[in-house]
Amino acid sequence: MFAGKFLENLKEKLSSWDKNAEKYRSKKSLPRFFTISGQDINELYTPLDIKGSSEDDYFEKQINFPGEYPYTRGIHPTMYRTKMWTFRQFAGMASPEETNQRFKYILAQGGTGLSAAFDLPTLMGYDSDHAHSLGEVGKCGVAVDTLADMELIFEGIDLGKVSVSMTINSPASIILAMYLAVAEKKGVALDKLRGTLQNDILKEYIAQKEFIYPPKPSIKLITDMMEYCLKNVPQWNTISISGYHIREAGSTAAQELAFTLADGFCYIEAAIEAGLDIDEFAPRLSFFFNAHSDFFEEIAKYRAARRIYARHMKEKYKAKNEKSWLLRFHTQTAGCSLTAQQPENNIVRTAIQALSAVMGGTQSLHTNSMDETLALPSERAALIALRTQQVIAHETGVANTVDPLGGSYFVEALTDKMEKEAEEYFAEIEKRGGVLTCIEEGFFQTEIARAAYQFQKEIESKERVIVGVNGYTMEGEKIDIPVLKIDKECERKQIAALKKIKAERNNGQVQVLLDKLKQVATDGGNTFEAILECSREYATLGEMCDVLRDVWGEHVENPAAMQVS
Amino acid sequence: MEKKVRVLLAKPGLDGHDRGVKVIAAALRDAGMEVIYTGLRQTPQMIVDAAIQEDVDAIGVSILSGAHMTLFPAILEELKAKDATDIILFGGGIIPDDDKAELEKMGVAKIFTPGAPTEEAIKFLREAAGSRSPKE
Repeated sequence: MFAGKFLENLKEKLSSWDKNAEKYRSKKSLPRFFTISGQDINELYTPLDIKGSSEDDYFEKQINFPGEYPYTRGIHPTMYRTKMWTFRQFAGMASPEETNQRFKYILAQGGTGLSAAFDLPTLMGYDSDHAHSLGEVGKCGVAVDTLADMELIFEGIDLGKVSVSMTINSPASIILAMYLAVAEKKGVALDKLRGTLQNDILKEYIAQKEFIYPPKPSIKLITDMMEYCLKNVPQWNTISISGYHIREAGSTAAQELAFTLADGFCYIEAAIEAGLDIDEFAPRLSFFFNAHSDFFEEIAKYRAARRIYARHMKEKYKAKNEKSWLLRFHTQTAGCSLTAQQPENNIVRTAIQALSAVMGGTQSLHTNSMDETLALPSERAALIALRTQQVIAHETGVANTVDPLGGSYFVEALTDKMEKEAEEYFAEIEKRGGVLTCIEEGFFQTEIARAAYQFQKEIESKERVIVGVNGYTMEGEKIDIPVLKIDKECERKQIAALKKIKAERNNGQVQVLLDKLKQVATDGGNTFEAILECSREYATLGEMCDVLRDVWGEHVENPAAMQVS
Repeated sequence: MEKKVRVLLAKPGLDGHDRGVKVIAAALRDAGMEVIYTGLRQTPQMIVDAAIQEDVDAIGVSILSGAHMTLFPAILEELKAKDATDIILFGGGIIPDDDKAELEKMGVAKIFTPGAPTEEAIKFLREAAGSRSPKE
């Protein structure tokens, strides 16, 4: 792109510029300049920092036009000019009724998608009346025991119109089955349903730790569901391969990128092995990334993600359908960057993070509420978070043009560096025996824990300043924003509702269907249809999970293998 | 020679967020303490049994799920039932100020909230363990 002669001249000019700049540098003792991930950043970037920029095919190979391979600039030719990203706010708390109200509020305020948060018992496959659920019901999301709860959550919401994302992993099949059963009852055709299931179990072992079964049967559950959805729910994104939680657990940006894509390739290989056609299932895969505070590093991460994915899909996995090459992603701003101190500042952090996701070409976005280090979001805080996206979309002008930072020497150099670091991690993962072995041996977990500890040390040494935490602090600060509390009654009511359903349903039929599920799981058949049948008859989430626990056993993490040594 | 402070770090309940507990584990170890980390999904009973068996000075509990008003009291109860109230109980996580005050009144020695430097926990443990009088 740049002529060799131009670059030669530039080198000379840069060197004389550098001599002049030195006068300014020597006047001060300078700190280290590095990203939030600990990567050193140069004072200045020029075409000399962009590898291969003197080659004739550089532009086509590395950047190209949006909507064209390798999609560095975006998956769509016109991006937000023709399709605004989805304002998708994650919500869910307490009872199904309260969550339904919050959903309706979000839609009334101009949210364009829904995203359901479930409580820990639901995520872990326990009913609300289980001993392990004590004190957890409705706390960090909504409780779902049976189809009846899902009916309440989506009461009065047109499932044929709104796309719904559901953050659930180990019991993902069960929640999707209940959702499909709700749609059936409402008379919405399954091929009209649009939405996403998180369903990414690998990152649970790596980071978020909400796992039930061992990896192999867990992946079987996923490929079973993919197979069912390909035939029956063709617009459903069956899996959202998530880096978000990896980053929240403390990883660097490059680790988030590399581990997430490695997980994605692991699912792709599993689906191919299960006999599915890559060009049929790959277009329904989607990704989920974090938006942390280091603005340019994040933008480079998203751009690199698209390019790496396209290259692997086309060249390594030989996908032929162009749709299989596209990395579509949802973004959530970084919860771990928010501070309990001076919580209003979190609005600012979230806005900047959201801006990076938009500049990086996200398809969908959740902006965090300022009060999330204190409790679940209050309605007011959730509204400000949604408004933040709307301000970015309509007032800042960043959505007017595609990939506004493409061609920035800094951003292109950083994008190349991200790709290189990810490729190095892929090689390391392969050398260690692949993703599953790395999980068993705690490779990802230790890498992440080490990065988290490093970050904490940088804060404590004040090499890194976090406003309100180790700099610009306020003595005797009193937090005076409203904080949402979940009523203790919620647990009691949920348990009473569950009891009632269990008394009223056809228990004989439920038992027959649970036995059938057990048989299918034991024989290695496709579990999804059996789960759907159980769900329709109001079998509980816990009952279905228990059946599968009996057949497959439970995964236990070895704490010794997971720590920083 | 001064006796090393021994700490059991635990994750009770269903919450799997273990970034904080691992950072604390590493920081306490670097400060010369002996740290035993139980891993995830421990019941109050498992935690207290392990603490007694390991003869620790303190139990540190990390909860980010909102279940702290159930789980801390359950651990305190268990300590009482096993006549082990001399073991210091401290914790951290997403815990609002009101709850923090109530927990400290109930007998949790100290609650650290997000943003607390690990140094504070180290200082707290050295002092608390130093003035502790273990039951025989």
